[in-house]
Amino acid sequence: MKKMIASAAVIGFFSPMLVTAADIATVSDVHIRSLAASCAACHGTQGNTVSVVSSADSIPALAGVQQAEIIAKLTAFKSGERSATVMQRHAKGLTSDEIAALAQYFSVQVPKAPVTLKSQKLQAGHAN
Amino acid sequence: MQTNRRDFMKMAGLLTVAGLSSHSLTALARASKPPIGRVVVVGGGYAGAAAAKYLRLWSLGAIEVIVVEPNRQFVSCPLSNLVLGGSQSIDDLTFDYQLLKAHHGIQWVQDQVTAIDAGARKISMLRGELSYDRLIIAPGVDFIYDNLPMLQSAEAQKQVPHAWKAGWQTVNLRKQLEAMPDGGAFVMNVPAAPYRCPPGPYERASQVAYYFKNHKPKSKVIVLDANAEIISKKGLFTKVFNDMYAGLVDYRPNNALVSVDVASKTVVTEFETVHADVLNIIPPQRAGKPAQMAQLNNIDKRWCEVDFLTYESKLAANIHVIGDAVSAALPKSAHMATNQAKICANAIVQLMADAEPDPAPVFANTCYSYVSDKSAMHVANVYRYDPAKKIMVSAEGGGVSAAPSELEGAYAGAWAHNIWSDILT
Repeated sequence: MKKMIASAAVIGFFSPMLVTAADIATVSDVHIRSLAASCAACHGTQGNTVSVVSSADSIPALAGVQQAEIIAKLTAFKSGERSATVMQRHAKGLTSDEIAALAQYFSVQVPKAPVTLKSQKLQAGHAN
Repeated sequence: MQTNRRDFMKMAGLLTVAGLSSHSLTALARASKPPIGRVVVVGGGYAGAAAAKYLRLWSLGAIEVIVVEPNRQFVSCPLSNLVLGGSQSIDDLTFDYQLLKAHHGIQWVQDQVTAIDAGARKISMLRGELSYDRLIIAPGVDFIYDNLPMLQSAEAQKQVPHAWKAGWQTVNLRKQLEAMPDGGAFVMNVPAAPYRCPPGPYERASQVAYYFKNHKPKSKVIVLDANAEIISKKGLFTKVFNDMYAGLVDYRPNNALVSVDVASKTVVTEFETVHADVLNIIPPQRAGKPAQMAQLNNIDKRWCEVDFLTYESKLAANIHVIGDAVSAALPKSAHMATNQAKICANAIVQLMADAEPDPAPVFANTCYSYVSDKSAMHVANVYRYDPAKKIMVSAEGGGVSAAPSELEGAYAGAWAHNIWSDILT
C-alpha cells in the first residue's frame, strides 16, 4: 500500500478541471482566515467553542454571532472600556480593520455542536 | 470556470444552510477533482496535526495530506506539569488521531523518518518511502547530550527523568515524587534559553511546591537556572515562589549545570554541588531529528531558519519547518506551534493553486501557567509580520496577568480543551 502512495505523487500537474486559487480563496479571505484560526486555541475551530467551564465563566462561541456585536466587544476590550483577563491584550494588538474583518468572518461561520474528544489511557508503547 | 465556481459556491452555501458539515463539502469538492498536490507532514504534535487539518480544510480537500508520526497517541505537554502536582493524570492528556483522520481525510503512516532527499522530494521511513510536492517538518525538539553524556541512556533517564516530552517520563517523575519521603529535596534545572515552553520550568517548580505544601511540607524544591533570571512571567513567578510557596522553593539563578552523577543524584554546577532525592534534568534542546536529517538546523546548529510568510526553510526549497524547531524571536509554545502551522498551511494552499501567500500574517499567542491545581496566569501577545525586518514582531498590548487567579485557571482549562479539539478533531 505504501508503494502505491509513493508512486502517486502528482508534481505540478494542472488542468482546467482542477481547483484554482480563486476557488479556494473565495471561501474566506486568505489573510483573515489564518488570523481567525489563531483564535481557535480558546474559541474553537471556526469559532465553535468547546465548552468545559461553568456558564458564568465560559469562553463564548463566535460562530454565527452578529458582526456588530463582535466589533462592539473587541473595540471595548481595545479601548479598555471593558475589562478582561486576556482579551484586552489581543484586541489592542489588532487594527480596527482586522477587528471588522474578524467579526465578519465569525458572523458567517455556521454554529456546530462541538465534537467530543475523549482522552484515553496512555499505552505502554508510547516513546516518551 | 467562473460559472462552475459560482455554481460550486452556491451549492456549498445551500448545503451549509441545509446543515451539512464542512466535511461533506470537502468530500464533494474532493470527489470531482484530482488533488492539486501532495503534502507530507512529518510529526503529529501540535504543529503537525494543525498543519494537516488546515491544509485539508482550506484546500477544500484538494491537497492530499499524509502525516508520518511514530507514536499512536498524542500526549499534551501543556498541562503535563499538573500531573506532577497531582491534579491531572497523564490519561487526561492522552488522545488518539482517529477523529482528525476521519473528519478530514488525512492519510496516516505510523512510522519513523530515516532520511530526507530534498532533491528527489522523497522521504524514507523504516518501512517504506513517500514522495512529496511539499514537505512540512514539525519535529519538535531533540535533547542535546553533548555536555551531559551520562544522561544519554534510557536507563539514566529512568533514574533522572527529563519529563520535557509528556508521557511515561512524566509518570515516572510523579512516581518518584510520591515515593520521596517528607523532608526530601526535589532538584530541577532550567536550561539556557531558548528551549521548549519558556515558563514551563517555573510552572513545574510551582506544581511540585503545590504538591509538597499539601503532602510533604518539610520538603524543598531547588531550581538551578542557567539563565540570569526567570525568563518568563518573572514578576509573577517570583511572587509565587516567595509568597504562595514561601520556604518551599529555593530559586538559584546563574547556576548552569556542569555534570550529573546519576547513581547518587548529585548535580555539580559552576558554583556548587547539590544532592537531590528526586532529580529532574531538562537538557538543552535543538530542532528534532527529522530537521537535522535534512540539515535545516542552521542557526547555532540548533534551530531552523525559515521564511515567516510560508515557513519554507531558507536552506531547502519545498521543505517547510514549523513549531519549536523554528528559529524565531517567538516563544516555543503550543499555541505558537499551531499558529505557525496555520500560516504555513495557508501559504501552501495558495502556492499550490499558483497564488500569492498572505503578505502580512498576524497571529496571537496565549500561554497559561498553573501555579496550583486551580490557579493560573497568562502571558498573551499579538504578533504581526514586519515587512522591513521580515520577521514576526510583537504588537501593542501584550503582557501578563496581574496575579494568578482561579478564573484564569478555568480559562486555561478551556484553552486546553479547545486547542486539543482544534487540532485533533
